[in-house]
Amino acid sequence: MMQHRSHLYGVMGEFVTPEELIHAIEKVREAGYRRLDAYAPFPVVGLSEALGLKRNLVPLITLLGGLAGGLGGFCFQYWAAAITYPMNIGGRPLNSWPAFIPVTFELTVLGAALSAVFGMLALNRLPQPHHPVFNVPRFAHASTDRFFLCIEAHDPKFHLADTARLLQSLHAHHVSEVADD
Amino acid sequence: MSAGQPPLDSPEIRRLTPVIGPGHTYGSVTDKISAIVLTRPTSLGWFVGFAIAFSLMGMMTVAIAWLVIKGTGIWGINIPIGWGFAIVNFVWWIGIGHAGTLISAILFLLNQKWRTSINRFAEAMTLFAVACAGIFPLIHTGRPWMAFYMFPYPSTMGLWPQFRSPLIWDVFAVSTYGTVSLLFWFVGLIPDLATLRDRAVQKPMKIIYGMVSMGWRGSARHWHRYQSAYLLLAGLATPLVLSVHTVVSFDFAIAIVPGWHTTIFPPYFVAGAIYSGFAMVLTIAIPLRKAYGLEDFITMRHLDNMAKVMLATGLIVAYGYFFEFFMSSYSGNKFDLFLVQQRLHGPYAPFYFALILCNILTPQLLWFYKMRHNVVVLFLMSIVVNIGMWLERFVIVVISLTRDFVPSAWGRYSPTFWDWATFIGTIGMFVTLIFLFVRVLPAISIAEMRELVAEKSEEEQ
Amino acid sequence: MESMREHEQHGHNEHQHEHDAQTAGEHPLDLAAVRAKLQSKTGKQYWRTLEELAEDPNFEELLHREFPRQAPSEWDESVDRRDFLKLMAASLAFAGLSGCGRAPEQHIVPYVKQPDGLILGKPQFYATAMPFGADAIGLLVESHEGRPTKIEGNPDHPSSLGATNAFAQASILNLYDPDRAQTVTNFGEIRTWSAFLDSAQALSAALKETKGEGFRILTGIITSPTLAAQIQSLLMLYPQAKWHQWEPAVGDGAREGAKLAFGTYVNTLYHPEKAEVILSLDSDFLGSGPGHIRYAREFSHRRNLDQHAIVNRTGGEMNRLYVVEPTPSVTGASADHRLPLRASEVELFAGALAGKLGLGISAKVSPDAEKWLEAVAKDLQKNKGASLVVAGEHQPAEVHALAHAINAALGNVGTTLHYTEPVEAHPVNHLESLRELCNDIDAGKVDTLLILGVNPVYTAPHDFDFASKLRFDQKTKSKKVRTAIHVSSHFDETSELCDWHAAESHYLETWGDARAFDGTVSVIQPLIAPLYRTHSAREVLAAFSDKPGVSDYEALRERLKAANPSADFEKFWRKTLHDGTVAGSAFPAINAVQKLNPSSLPAAKATSADDLEFIFRPDPCVYDGRFANNGWLQELPKPVTKLTWDNAALVSPKTAEKLGLTQGVASRGGEHGKIYSNVVDVTLSNSKVTAAAWILPGQADGVIVLPLGYGRKKAGYTGSNKGFNAYAVRASNALWSAGASGSAIKKTGNDYPLACTQYHFNMEGRQILATGTLEEYHKNPNFANEHAEAPAKELSLYNGEAEFPYQRDKWAMAIDLNKCNGCNACVVACQSENNIAVVGKEQVMRGREMHWIRIDRYYKAESKTNDPSSYSESLDNPETFFQPVPCQQCENAPCEQVCPVAATVHSAEGLNDMVYNRCIGTRYCSNNCPYKVRRFNFLRFQDWETPQLKLLRNPEVTVRSRGVMEKCTYCVQRISSARIEAEKQNREIRDGAIVTACEQACPTQAIVFGNANDKESRVAKLRAQQRNYTLLGELNARPRTTYLAAVRNPNPELEKA
Repeated sequence: MMQHRSHLYGVMGEFVTPEELIHAIEKVREAGYRRLDAYAPFPVVGLSEALGLKRNLVPLITLLGGLAGGLGGFCFQYWAAAITYPMNIGGRPLNSWPAFIPVTFELTVLGAALSAVFGMLALNRLPQPHHPVFNVPRFAHASTDRFFLCIEAHDPKFHLADTARLLQSLHAHHVSEVADD
Repeated sequence: MSAGQPPLDSPEIRRLTPVIGPGHTYGSVTDKISAIVLTRPTSLGWFVGFAIAFSLMGMMTVAIAWLVIKGTGIWGINIPIGWGFAIVNFVWWIGIGHAGTLISAILFLLNQKWRTSINRFAEAMTLFAVACAGIFPLIHTGRPWMAFYMFPYPSTMGLWPQFRSPLIWDVFAVSTYGTVSLLFWFVGLIPDLATLRDRAVQKPMKIIYGMVSMGWRGSARHWHRYQSAYLLLAGLATPLVLSVHTVVSFDFAIAIVPGWHTTIFPPYFVAGAIYSGFAMVLTIAIPLRKAYGLEDFITMRHLDNMAKVMLATGLIVAYGYFFEFFMSSYSGNKFDLFLVQQRLHGPYAPFYFALILCNILTPQLLWFYKMRHNVVVLFLMSIVVNIGMWLERFVIVVISLTRDFVPSAWGRYSPTFWDWATFIGTIGMFVTLIFLFVRVLPAISIAEMRELVAEKSEEEQ
Repeated sequence: MESMREHEQHGHNEHQHEHDAQTAGEHPLDLAAVRAKLQSKTGKQYWRTLEELAEDPNFEELLHREFPRQAPSEWDESVDRRDFLKLMAASLAFAGLSGCGRAPEQHIVPYVKQPDGLILGKPQFYATAMPFGADAIGLLVESHEGRPTKIEGNPDHPSSLGATNAFAQASILNLYDPDRAQTVTNFGEIRTWSAFLDSAQALSAALKETKGEGFRILTGIITSPTLAAQIQSLLMLYPQAKWHQWEPAVGDGAREGAKLAFGTYVNTLYHPEKAEVILSLDSDFLGSGPGHIRYAREFSHRRNLDQHAIVNRTGGEMNRLYVVEPTPSVTGASADHRLPLRASEVELFAGALAGKLGLGISAKVSPDAEKWLEAVAKDLQKNKGASLVVAGEHQPAEVHALAHAINAALGNVGTTLHYTEPVEAHPVNHLESLRELCNDIDAGKVDTLLILGVNPVYTAPHDFDFASKLRFDQKTKSKKVRTAIHVSSHFDETSELCDWHAAESHYLETWGDARAFDGTVSVIQPLIAPLYRTHSAREVLAAFSDKPGVSDYEALRERLKAANPSADFEKFWRKTLHDGTVAGSAFPAINAVQKLNPSSLPAAKATSADDLEFIFRPDPCVYDGRFANNGWLQELPKPVTKLTWDNAALVSPKTAEKLGLTQGVASRGGEHGKIYSNVVDVTLSNSKVTAAAWILPGQADGVIVLPLGYGRKKAGYTGSNKGFNAYAVRASNALWSAGASGSAIKKTGNDYPLACTQYHFNMEGRQILATGTLEEYHKNPNFANEHAEAPAKELSLYNGEAEFPYQRDKWAMAIDLNKCNGCNACVVACQSENNIAVVGKEQVMRGREMHWIRIDRYYKAESKTNDPSSYSESLDNPETFFQPVPCQQCENAPCEQVCPVAATVHSAEGLNDMVYNRCIGTRYCSNNCPYKVRRFNFLRFQDWETPQLKLLRNPEVTVRSRGVMEKCTYCVQRISSARIEAEKQNREIRDGAIVTACEQACPTQAIVFGNANDKESRVAKLRAQQRNYTLLGELNARPRTTYLAAVRNPNPELEKA
């Protein structure tokens, strides 16, 4: 079943339960592999920790977006009402700041929400219609009821045969190569 | 509390009313839900329902066309009643649009598992309700083709909107709300779209779902950021959802019209919004679960909880009504006092009593366990509350305008054929969109259902 | 005024009369020559015109528009009616314009040298006068590039003093009325003027044979010396000819009363200003009748509580007005004491009063009237020589005779009133005059009948059946009158039965003259050449004379030359045209000697209480029907009832209860628009009309008022088939009041929707219209400000004060509720000045009328009721007050704050401006306006097609389109023009330089506009008065418009009672 391929993305093992997956990840990391990614049909509790994922920029981006929206919003209102086209509206002062609060608030939320979503997509490199893992026919189950662990080829410790054997030793069903084209 | 009801949230009641039926696996939930979209044949009922709804929507288009041709004069509005059905409907729809985000965001933050199976179509409902609501501020203007003046764009005259006007706050609040709800909904959809992509049989479907799912592959790293983004969105949507109806209430609270000018409006509008929102969720959920046999996912537990929320918010609303009387009497403002008395024995008193009946008296049935667990009762109740909340907006918007400061200017209002055509038309539009939604998208979040299955299996071990 | 003065410098218009001189050609010698000239000169064009007419399909409309037709029915009926009207009007206009150019060709030449005084874009003002009954209202008419656009009063004219009434204001719309008759017709066929002249000459040739046997002329009241002279010359030419007069809405009582008292016709002039106590015996002398504008002004001087005015004796302490009347009038509303009495009991009352004053009459009135009478009699006697008793136009001769006697007994003659020779050129008893004509026609004695201006087929008593006199009789295959010629502005009910109809020119299109109520000869100066092929009544008369070619212009000059022989006639002429009056032509006082011993008068008999009394009154808006096709007046809410577009049979609440009549508020429009009221059949002297009933608080019980002037069949598009025709039940033996049993009125069981702009009359205990008595005022002059809570400024989110100080000009308006009598002149003036649209009954019933200033009417009724159909004592005779409400121009304008697009903003002077092209029509501003003075164009209310209406518009005011909000602007266009003047002369704007349209029209000077920052300005002085209060001041909107509380001066004795 194993034949040589010029371009190899990695080796992928399929698991039935999240527990098996997490257990496998722990073992693989003990074995010194670092370049791995797991695929699950829903956010599995403890998966990130198992993979040792920590850094996450989304909150920061969101904060910045919110600040930009809010400050921009108020300054714009002030500029429009008091500087560029000042008008006497029912005797109210040009800078009726209490009246500017609602719009400021809304724009804060809008800025934050937009940056949260688009920040997340950008960091995830989405949209990305094609990815090597899709080459594995059984990977279609990743969006239903199967869990996958992929050890990538450019991991320094990567060796096709050993790595595959390692996965099988972890009771992975269908260990398969992931072609990269 | 009625007899024969176990204490809240005991393991007993969990067993009686689980959030998901027994014996479900990742696969089974996926099959069941995606089947509605992918494999199941479209029922005749769907076509009939869609046809009716769509023709009502057509009536709306005609009504709006005639409006643009002739002018707002085809409606029942006049001086002094400058705002009629259009604004009543606007507030009503916006209110309905509150439940969705509320369920998704607030219940998510409160980690209420039972929200899972209802949030998806609640959010969809929100979007559609906001779409219906959005029509009215536009068409109620005398010159709809000039309505873009309300948006901040660099005009040749160098003019900008007048930011002291609550109507401008509305523009920002409603459009922000629409945008954020859409994002929230879409983000939640991404994994399910991927599922559909992978399970779709026909090529075109595969391609379409493939495009919209943006190549989602359930990578752990993606899930990692995805979850924090979703959490943040929920955190943002929560104050937003509260702010939107607050701003809508400012349309009235900021004005000096007796019956409008009161500080209690923001909280009591928000409560009313949630009230009507949950009512509408029930109105949709009950037929939906029946039609597609989703009783395992939308269980009595869900209906029971929603009924409780309705009861609670209904009581807040009742408190609001009471306080209008109290404040006007307490403040001794003769105009306010006169107005609240008008509600009781003015020409529109029947509407007010109908409102009390629908919004305050009828929902008291929800104190009873048996009622909360009687699907038919709940369904009728939800309809009654929807009507009641519409009446509330009618009472506030129209009746306050009929008799304000100068008696010589007092008038009356009655809607014309075109008022009704537009209102019923938007209901048609709403239902049309709901029908399309359940046909092409998973009405229940599959990914989140899988989480539920996972947790359940943990619990069992 | 000042800015207007400047225009008047070139007040009279040379170029105007030059071309008129040409029109009519130079003194013709014989008729053949005239005819030849006419043929040769303009004949060709006439024929060309006729061909055009014949070919123009639209012209069919012109001929056949009389026939009723249905508007296509669509969803919103009202809208389509309007569209239909526009369509009609447009096609008429085409017909009209193709039929006749705006001016004869020879005058249409570009200015080589601009006429002196004419600066393009700068309006000019010309003095002229509007003849109305036995009066002529002196006017200054504003003209933009040769088209009259706005009517103002002439300050130098005795009957105007610079003010006007609603009729005069609206008369300009008659000029541009697209339904006007536009040419000469013979049996409905278009004829040329020359063709008419031919047959007129043929007729007169025949008549000369018979010395004018069977030649009759029928006119209304004529005060024009020139026209009268023309008639007299005809009567000289045809000795056997006769002149009949019929003025349907003016009673013979005054004339015959004078004859009774003095044995001769005299004219009575009042000086209300000099009277401390005034008693009106059913006289509406403040609201209608000759001189009423002046009387209202004089009366208002005595309602002036301004200390400064009292010091300067421009108005003394308040006078006291008692009014006895069967139905509420604006005079009754201004009364300090008002007693509702049946019209027939007024004579009784007058007799009893005369008795009290020792004139040897014994008449008994009802006990409560008796109490009243006592007090009045005492009060009058206390003020001998300074009291005044005025008898009503529609009261019988006896009441007038008694009034004369009482005034004489009180020594008022020469002080508070005086007598002059009659203003009417030829006073006669109109009823008898018409009766004679009818009898002669029936007797076959009339073969040529000339009807000038009047519409007898519509207005004659129904028992005369005037139509039958003119109609072709199928049985006898003949007509009683061989040739009937009708001259009128519209092709009306009479025109269609006459052989010839000549379209009559509007008074703004002709030269002429008329006497004012005091005899002053006022010159009628044309502002524009006739719009169509129209001619004046005098020209038509001239057609029967030896000099058919003499133009009005020449005739007028000749007559003035004859009457005023002066060295330099041209100088005199110019001065006269400029002033609008012939200096010193007012009649001198005559010493009329009482020939009557009042006790010899036949004793008046009281009608039994359970009988009903039907009385006929001219409608306050369409008068006798002559204004029926005037949209402004049709939509004008009637002063007391606030009804529009309809007349209704008015009944008192108690009588209504007795007859089981009710009213109901419709759910659409409601109190501010649509009221359902019961329909009744009224049967008098075997003739029946079906009318809508209207319950009117303050009306005498048992009295039913049938207002004249409605139910026209051929008034034109606007006026036809509106309301019911009261003439149809008006018999010659009961012209003004008809006693009848209760069976004369029957409920049909149907309801009819009436358009009422203010049904709710109860103030709900709010401080809306502050009122008090003189006593209270003296005790506490600040009473108006004590109910209102002071706005708490420190509660403001902002420091509103400092933001916008308005240092330079601070425009403000003060409205004195003590002077306003609700006459409506301001409402129409505003409509005319500001191009305000007419919306039609359907839209008024939906509460969408567009008036920028409305006059609110409140009853000071104790009862909580706000619906007259639920009877309560307090509605039998409530005190009535009027409150004009324009935009209050708030400094903290609630409307501005809520506008999302800054379409309503403040100007530097603190004006609350509307920016129409920015407005998107959210109507939020109107909702947030506590005074509800904003008006919204719910549909396209403006008529943009009809060319005539384009001429009418004020070029300085935007014509609003559909979907935008509008409201009172304080006549910002007038402010700007005054500012431009001031800046040219590098000075501040003087007080009085800016006069708003409403202020200018107001007969009582109740409205004063000016700069509140100028301590010397009139408005600042009024605002300084303690009576001054702001409407809804507690809202802290800080309006620029303020009100001065109404103060009544009741008789303490009656107060006790």
